[in-house]
Amino acid sequence: MDSAYQKGKKGKKKKLSEKKKDMVSAYLYIAPFFIIFGVIGLYPAIFSFYLAFQKWNGLGDMSFVGLDNFRIVLEDPLFWKSLYNTIIIGLIGTAPQIVIGIILAILLNVAFLRFRSFFRVTIFMPYITSMVAVALIFSVLFSDHESSLANYVLGLFGVDPVSWGTSEWGTKIAISIMVFWRWVGYNTIIYLAGIQSISNDVYEAATIDGANKIQQAIYITLPLLKPFIILTVFFSTVGALQLFSEPTVFLGAAAFTRDEAMTVVMYLYRDAFRLQSFGTASATAIILLVIIVIFAAINTYLTSGIGKKKKRG
Amino acid sequence: MHKPTKKRKLSLGKIFVYLFLSLASILSLFPFYWMFVMATQTSSAYNSIPPTITPGNMMVENFQKVLLQIDFFGALWTSFVLCSIVTIVVLFISSLAGFAFAKFYFPAKNLLFITILLTMIIPPQLGLIPQYFLIAKAGLLDTLAGVMILFFLNPLGIFLMRQYISDSVPDELIEAAKLDGCSNFKIYRSIVLPIILPAFATLGIIVFTAVWGEFLWQFTILRDPENYTIQVALASLSNTFNVDFGMILSGVFWATVPLIIIFLLFNRLFISSITEGSVK
Repeated sequence: MDSAYQKGKKGKKKKLSEKKKDMVSAYLYIAPFFIIFGVIGLYPAIFSFYLAFQKWNGLGDMSFVGLDNFRIVLEDPLFWKSLYNTIIIGLIGTAPQIVIGIILAILLNVAFLRFRSFFRVTIFMPYITSMVAVALIFSVLFSDHESSLANYVLGLFGVDPVSWGTSEWGTKIAISIMVFWRWVGYNTIIYLAGIQSISNDVYEAATIDGANKIQQAIYITLPLLKPFIILTVFFSTVGALQLFSEPTVFLGAAAFTRDEAMTVVMYLYRDAFRLQSFGTASATAIILLVIIVIFAAINTYLTSGIGKKKKRG
Repeated sequence: MHKPTKKRKLSLGKIFVYLFLSLASILSLFPFYWMFVMATQTSSAYNSIPPTITPGNMMVENFQKVLLQIDFFGALWTSFVLCSIVTIVVLFISSLAGFAFAKFYFPAKNLLFITILLTMIIPPQLGLIPQYFLIAKAGLLDTLAGVMILFFLNPLGIFLMRQYISDSVPDELIEAAKLDGCSNFKIYRSIVLPIILPAFATLGIIVFTAVWGEFLWQFTILRDPENYTIQVALASLSNTFNVDFGMILSGVFWATVPLIIIFLLFNRLFISSITEGSVK
């Protein structure tokens, strides 16, 4: 009895210390992320809020200016122009992706399809190309020259050459097409994964009930695909509002001097690293954060409402 | 009478499917082909109407012009070193943390995990300016070390690794190793690591390609052309008012070809890395 008691006590003690050891190990293992995050993630994010209330050129002393930076930004027509540009490019560049992406995914999943992996790989290929590469390719495809391929093709339809690098709508459309081209395959792949996760039984039942392929797509695939559509709408919204590389590289030397395709992040970048006005740039970053949260919430809410309305109607 | 019409209807549908997908494929591939065409043409070919759509013989000359403009191979190497180090570090940090979250019990575990997920929604440009000054203060401006630190943060990696480790590393195996007196780190090294190698491939591709293509941060930190990564170097090609399209697209072409070859070889891995990263 004595020995059994001792053994039990010893076992318990060993277990306890082992538990403690496991705890220490676990904290050690997750520590690197939190340390790096604290230094280069959290601290800068919080510091941005502080900086937004200071006037600072990056070298001298900061001086507290209250809400002045926000006032300066919100009264700057160029800020509103950049927000307008961002929203327009986001709308033309990403909204069609969702529709075309769903269609492509459904077609890539039809039973009789041959060369399936060929189609899948080619449609996905633009996504692996870097944004800089894509922007450069498109800056040549859509150059201002009368002989640029885009203008030549338009010419075949009797449309006058467009100044893709300098006109109000030309730049926006060219950049939107570029965004669309690079990302549509990405969304297609996500939708395709979603479609493949839908059980075949549902379609078989629908076929027996006499639903044709198009009806099946609308009444079965779309509703079941909703979580994936919400996901991509969320990512597209957030990504579109942060657009920077595509217009910057597409416009090249004119990127920070012209306003036709200046996005909010470009406006922020220009304030900070071209004009050394780090206070207003930080204020812009915070305003953009608010805008992103609002737009992401609205778009996600609208997308999740689509199916519900249909069910009621 | 009924049967043939049905068959015909079906084949119309088939034709539509193939037409639509072929059109999508052509539109996806054409810019790649056209980049090749331009990379091999003289600049004057660009001004011809109708536009040239067949390759020329200026491939070498255009690339030589690229080499005069930027340190192409140096930049390619810099990007390669950057992406390799970041990938290895992220794999290590993520798998260790994922192991802790999947197989250990400790106070505030769920809270900490949710915190990590929440860090994903901080937009990158929010901290951009303080991050820049932090790097400057540390004396790392214009260095590769200054660029890579930011990329070590990868909440998605921890999420994926936790998922994979809790699914595929059996608890019994860990218990047995513990009875044998293995330390926790030895369990990680000799039991967990071999099992999660396939997940390393997936996460490795996600991290490597993301860092390879990232532009804003590299563009902000790197100023001296000597330190440029390939993205910043390529972008600098068009940063003059007197642009030479053949030269620019030659640079883009040669920077893109290795990527395309790797993608074609491992396309399944690439495609599954996207769905695993976003569907779970």
